Amino acid sequence: MSTAVPRRAAAPSRRNWRFRLRRDRSLLLMTLPAVVLLIVFNYVPLSGLVTAFQEYDPLVGVRYSEWVGLDQFSRLFTDPLFWGSLKNTLYLSFVQLILFFPIPIALALLLNTVLSERLRNFIQSVVYLPHFFSWVLAVTIFQQMLGGAGALNQFLRGHDLGTWDVMTDPGTFALLVTSQAIWKEAGWGIIVFLAALAAINTEQYEAAAVDGAGRFRRMWHITLPGLRGVIMLMLVLRLGNALTVGFEQFLIQRDAVGHDAADVLDTFSFYYGIATGNYSYGAAAGLFKSVISLLLIWGANRLAHAFGEDGLYRK
Amino acid sequence: MTDVLTIQRKNGTTRVPKAPARSRKRSARPAWEEPPTTVGQAAKGLTFAGVLAVVVVPLWIVVVTSLSTQGAINRAGGLVIWPDGLTFEAYSQMLADTTVRSALLVSFGITAVGTVVSMAVSVLCAYGLSRARSFGHRFLLTLLVVTMFVSGGLIPTFLVVTGLGGYGQWWALILPSAVSVFNILVLRSFYSGTSADLIEAARLDGAGDWRILWSIVLPTSRAVTAVIALFYGVGYWNSFFNVMLYMPTDSEKWPLQYVLLTYVSRGNGMPGSLNAGFGTIQAQTAPLALQMAVVVLTLVPLLLVYPFMQKHFRTGVLTGAIKG
Repeated sequence: MSTAVPRRAAAPSRRNWRFRLRRDRSLLLMTLPAVVLLIVFNYVPLSGLVTAFQEYDPLVGVRYSEWVGLDQFSRLFTDPLFWGSLKNTLYLSFVQLILFFPIPIALALLLNTVLSERLRNFIQSVVYLPHFFSWVLAVTIFQQMLGGAGALNQFLRGHDLGTWDVMTDPGTFALLVTSQAIWKEAGWGIIVFLAALAAINTEQYEAAAVDGAGRFRRMWHITLPGLRGVIMLMLVLRLGNALTVGFEQFLIQRDAVGHDAADVLDTFSFYYGIATGNYSYGAAAGLFKSVISLLLIWGANRLAHAFGEDGLYRK
Repeated sequence: MTDVLTIQRKNGTTRVPKAPARSRKRSARPAWEEPPTTVGQAAKGLTFAGVLAVVVVPLWIVVVTSLSTQGAINRAGGLVIWPDGLTFEAYSQMLADTTVRSALLVSFGITAVGTVVSMAVSVLCAYGLSRARSFGHRFLLTLLVVTMFVSGGLIPTFLVVTGLGGYGQWWALILPSAVSVFNILVLRSFYSGTSADLIEAARLDGAGDWRILWSIVLPTSRAVTAVIALFYGVGYWNSFFNVMLYMPTDSEKWPLQYVLLTYVSRGNGMPGSLNAGFGTIQAQTAPLALQMAVVVLTLVPLLLVYPFMQKHFRTGVLTGAIKG
């Protein structure tokens, strides 16, 4: 027995770390490539945030660039373009929360009532599909359907109803991008809710039905409480990401609809940072966004805890 | 179980089963549930028909238009809904185009190499962190999870990649986004669930961690590994922004998505000048069928892989890891 002690079962406490290091060296070696990549492309850029407090000059690099303190930020906060992007971001986030958020839940509830497994699988595979499309593809398809030369206007022209180029109309841009987001992601969004629904014990339904609870009372008293945790989690994620409304989607459509409607915080960093060479300015905008986002995640979690839910992490 | 049998149903009791309803047939309505109302069924059917149509109809129109003759397109006044004169003309034109051909090669290349790199790194890391009480796994896990919430953002990352000489290099399209912590966590949660007895038995037989990963853990978690590979593959296939950042002017290195963007832009004057290099390669607008053929070309690989993966989506792949 003494020669064949299972290595892990016999693990002594942390005192013997040399032994554990030797024992687990191949496990550590396995994590090495991922850790190196994360350090180089996530942690090193994190330290690169110092450029937000500099006037970064690509020719001399981070180390020798001039320090300007909070100058970039005071410039940022007096820049109407920045406030415009912030306003757009918050507005779009709000519209998405109202219009997008309930759809996957409703679809999941509805899908859950479909009894035929075949039909259910078929519907699932169709609605998941757009999730795997690129934004270029999704926007192209919308362009073909709703754009100036698209199917909608083809129909309108054919019936002498005038034209409406939805893709270039700043007034309805918020609705347009939200419909795009719904088209692309709402179907995929039902996956978590379906999993939560599958976890609800069906005996509860049976007991309730026997006790005379109808379809809607069962939904109200069993299904929705069963979904509460995951709905709360998704809400926390959504609120925590209130400053992230999508990047590529806006990048692709900005020139068609104009920057007034289409600039959001993420594209702001790109257009007024990288594209114009004002790296420090863009980095300051990015840093602003990251800090606020962290606060939002923290706040949303507090909110979830206040409602007695786990949220993203536990208390 | 007698309760099940005594429930009164409004319209007859012919289908009340003897055993608990679920065991009769997978799709059977449980005995305790009310029979559906006609209106309710109709509303449900219409809703789903609408949802399916919203996804399928645009794709149908794109495919039919790409296969239509110029005559059919002229008759329809643009996009073609009902097939009316079909031809593969657009496809042969497209595949003769050197831009599209090189883009196709680039896209497949990036997707293949990227997926292999990402999977190798992720599978190793996921297994490395999946053994309970291993040295430093808590610290490493924190190191990973932090990157999901805190990032340097666009510009610092851009500066690091260009600082390492990545501008115009292939690796700049792969390495910066090669690791998805989310995917690693999904894999890890599955690998942790691998039968501990099986692993202990292998260990007693003298197998090391590499051997255990290769011969036990990987074969027992094929489904999740395949799904994660699909996620990575789709990610690489769909990416275009990193091309815009790191090789915007080098049109020979453009992947398909970027070409699609240019075709769209040329065809409809939409995102006019994302970059200075745009629109200078071929000045004239591509015909509609040709544009649609490019759309279909970016779609086809997804559609080919999709059926093989679809059945795995239901296995709770995502939910296990959402809590991180």
